[in-house]
Amino acid sequence: MVQLLFFYFALVVIGLGLRIVTCKNPVHSVLLMLLLFFHMAGLYLLLNAEFLAAVQVIVYAGAILVLYLFVLFLVNLREEIKMSPFVQKGKWAGLVAALALLITFLRGVFNFTLGPHGQYTIEKVQQITHTKAMGEAIYTTYILPFEIAGLILLVAVIGGLALAKKEDKGA
Amino acid sequence: MELLWILIKIIIVFTVVMIHVMYATYFERKVIGHMQVRMGPMRVGWHGVLQPIADGIKAFFKEDIIPTAADKKVFYAAPLICLISALSAVAVIPFFETFAIANINIGLLYIFAMSSLASYGVVLAGWSSNSKYSFLGGLRSSAQVISYEIAMGLSLVGVMMLAGSLNLSDIVHAQMQSSYKIYLIPQIIGFFVFVVAMFAETNRTPFDLPEAESELVAGYCTEYSGMRFALFFMAEYIGMIVMSCLAVICFLGGWSGPFEVPGIPFFWFILKAYFFIFLYYWVRATLPRYRYDQLMALGWKVLIPLALFNILLTGTIKSLIG
Repeated sequence: MVQLLFFYFALVVIGLGLRIVTCKNPVHSVLLMLLLFFHMAGLYLLLNAEFLAAVQVIVYAGAILVLYLFVLFLVNLREEIKMSPFVQKGKWAGLVAALALLITFLRGVFNFTLGPHGQYTIEKVQQITHTKAMGEAIYTTYILPFEIAGLILLVAVIGGLALAKKEDKGA
Repeated sequence: MELLWILIKIIIVFTVVMIHVMYATYFERKVIGHMQVRMGPMRVGWHGVLQPIADGIKAFFKEDIIPTAADKKVFYAAPLICLISALSAVAVIPFFETFAIANINIGLLYIFAMSSLASYGVVLAGWSSNSKYSFLGGLRSSAQVISYEIAMGLSLVGVMMLAGSLNLSDIVHAQMQSSYKIYLIPQIIGFFVFVVAMFAETNRTPFDLPEAESELVAGYCTEYSGMRFALFFMAEYIGMIVMSCLAVICFLGGWSGPFEVPGIPFFWFILKAYFFIFLYYWVRATLPRYRYDQLMALGWKVLIPLALFNILLTGTIKSLIG
């Protein structure tokens, strides 16, 4: 059952991913992306990571994707913009680069070995709930990386503010 | 067998919620009518009790008009996104001890996730209609919902800290064991922020700018008619019911009450939830609409700092008392 669900989610994620990049209408792309995020959340649920699944929907679907929509509305793309490719004579170069990337990824996949098991087994996570397990790990073992990530985000926020302010003065 | 029981539960909850939606519209018109010294609906049935059924039949048989320039697929999908996200949020609400369709560990987060989805329905409805009024209404609404969602989420962090859980049933149990029995008293700041954000989340007066008639006709649902319009309407009322239930669960002790009412385990829950739904009508009949910049200023400059302060206060007190 779990495997069947996994294959369903995985296949849909791949299929939707392809559809998103080939879709002509950007708003339809965003809608498909919304579906994709839901299937990603489903994958997290299969891994007993319920907190991640919820955050995936709240943050990615609820906040980031809405911002994408806003940007699309601001530039108001009713029709697709047709542009000549950046590299004129390099169709083959692109293909080679894509193939090389694919081989690199595949090598990574086939050379993958499971690392040592940590202290959080499935039973333990189910017992103390995933939210608590995540919180404990983040605020004890991984407090430094967590704080650094927070600092980087703060820098980005201040940077965004500074940029917006500058434009205001010019106008 | 368990699957069958879940199905039965879903059917029961769905029916009850839908009946509540029907009569929420009726009571809204009645309550506001009486507050403005009118009678409200009186023609259909005794004191107009059959009015919601008449409205439903009317909406069902009305011509379904789709603008030629509309993006059809998105136009069809938008009201469904609204309705489905609102209805799915009902699934985790515990109406009384041991009765919730899904008693999940992250119930509170799940409700946030579903309510954040509702903004898609609105903004896509506005965009796909290809009309200026709809588009402006949709943009306003999604900006408003995203801003107030932050305040709402932060206002509930205090509750999460006190209860130590995101499970809605556990939150109610934790309240029963706490010294005040309800979190309204220790979380009064959080409650205030939550109630204001609750009105903004559901696009109700005084924050109903997305459908401000005098400026935007009917906002994002201007181009919708008949049943599709009714779907938006239903989604709005289900949203109100979900938010009322959430307020009851997180701040007023859920299904617990001063004494047990034999045979009706959901008595107190329903009573408290009706109070919040009445509050929606009361506020609508009393307060004028906010201006858009005032709305944003209130959300970002007052409610979010207040909610953050509440988290700080709760954390400090909790770590001091233990």
